[in-house]
Amino acid sequence: MKILVLISNVPDTTTKVKFKDNEFDKTGVQWIINPWDELALTRALELKKAAAGKIEKVAVAMVAEKDGEPTIRKALAMGADEAIRVDTKPKDSYSVAAELAEALKDQDFDLILVGLESSDYNGLSVGAMLAELMGINSVSAVSGIDLDGDKLIVKREIDGGYEKLDVQMPFVAVVQKGIAIVPLIPNMRGIMQAKRKPINVVAAQNIEPLVEMVEYELPKPKPPVKLVETAEELINLLHIEAKVL
Amino acid sequence: MILAYIQNFNGKFKKASYEIASYASAVAKMAGTSVLGVVLGSVAEDDIKGLEKYGVEKLIHIENANLTPFDPKVYSHVIAQIAEKNDITGFVFTNNNEGRAIAPRIAARFKAGIVSAVTQLPDSLSPLTITKKVFTGKAFAKTVVKSDKFVLTLFQNSYGLVENPVSMSVESMDIDVPAPAIKVLEQNVDTSGKIPLTEAELVVSGGRGMKGPEYWGPLEEFASLIGAATACSRPVADEGWRPASEHVGQTGKIIAPTVYFALGISGAIQHLGGVSNSKYIVAINIDKDAPIFEAADYGIVGDVHKLLPQMIEAYKKMKAAEN
Repeated sequence: MKILVLISNVPDTTTKVKFKDNEFDKTGVQWIINPWDELALTRALELKKAAAGKIEKVAVAMVAEKDGEPTIRKALAMGADEAIRVDTKPKDSYSVAAELAEALKDQDFDLILVGLESSDYNGLSVGAMLAELMGINSVSAVSGIDLDGDKLIVKREIDGGYEKLDVQMPFVAVVQKGIAIVPLIPNMRGIMQAKRKPINVVAAQNIEPLVEMVEYELPKPKPPVKLVETAEELINLLHIEAKVL
Repeated sequence: MILAYIQNFNGKFKKASYEIASYASAVAKMAGTSVLGVVLGSVAEDDIKGLEKYGVEKLIHIENANLTPFDPKVYSHVIAQIAEKNDITGFVFTNNNEGRAIAPRIAARFKAGIVSAVTQLPDSLSPLTITKKVFTGKAFAKTVVKSDKFVLTLFQNSYGLVENPVSMSVESMDIDVPAPAIKVLEQNVDTSGKIPLTEAELVVSGGRGMKGPEYWGPLEEFASLIGAATACSRPVADEGWRPASEHVGQTGKIIAPTVYFALGISGAIQHLGGVSNSKYIVAINIDKDAPIFEAADYGIVGDVHKLLPQMIEAYKKMKAAEN
């Protein structure tokens, strides 16, 4: 079985977001693997380790220009075997999914994992879009994946609970909370090995985005908190002023 | 027309179903067109009838054994066929597990630009321009869809119900419903009747300041008294004080209740990312410098263990005075 994890390169989640000339200001920003994708990769590597020999390889793919490579190296240091980089700046969900669909045309991954959303533009769409463009199955709200013999068992969150599924491969799984608890931290050996692992750079198709962000704004400063002394005052404010209790 | 995917929750509609109808109806009004509702699978008749109140003029209702279990590929194939036979300019879905699974497939299929988790109506149409939160609530982006068709997913609870009574026609359609490629091996659904976090109007949430799982009694009592769901911060879920399903924040559930009570929660930026869509944030924390007070609308600097029982009493007193 071959697993591919889609990763994106995002600013560290504690970054103070600023804009300059109507673009995200990258000055001094630390870049990381999108946290959800990092957990997806962690799970893929856990499966590979647990079921020795069943999983041939775990690869990662990213749509990014060359400046995304340090983040790809981090994924390789975590333990991914190889990487694909589609050489273009990611624009919108559609163009990213379409570039990936093209780059993966001749590949034979059985399972493609991707995190619920990227912590920057919060698009939430690349995984299921890619499945549609590739004509394969997709499952969203995936909170667990296990191997049972040669079969994958997918845990999906549903309204008020969860279900365990058998999904026909190949498929895209959009993963969320529960998929893995703590991201795998690369060790020294992993970091050294990562330097020699291949990153296959694929030329982009230059697919036009369908959505464009034209203007950014920071949230308006909100009025200061109204502090009160007693529980009674608080309940009364919520009842009389806010009218919510 | 604007196609609204109206989610069927096990044979019933929920607020989210009527909310998406309300939202679609407002978008259709802006576009000078009408709403085509799509419902898949059998739903109680009264619930279907209820859509009339929220502006659905035409409803396509498909029932077919292949619609269970939920397979996003099958559902998007069915919705696409309906769209192809009607003149659809825009699609709206609820931004929940099911909507998020289908909407991107529809967007890819029709090469329609998608804007996810929107919390308001478009600023304008042609081209569709809408403001959405980015960087997990740390900024807003004015987003323009350049394709002819658009897909929007609406953040649950962000628009609410807006009545717009119309008379509705209900039709079925002869449609190809392929067999699902998904088999359910096991299902586990909570039947306790508790309010799901993502739907709750009121949420009472506890953080590390609660000190330990044994102190949750008063928090639960207060929540149940006011009809709220309970939630918690990440450290609380990580410590196992509360189930992981209660964790709200950037890596947990993202919610938009009317009131979010943050009790003993310091308000780390990752936590705020999950609750910043709340209409009101009420904070109680012993530390007056806790960042939660910068996000809060109302608050008390004090000991949550002393204050919770007093809040229970104050609420009871307020309700008694009302009657």
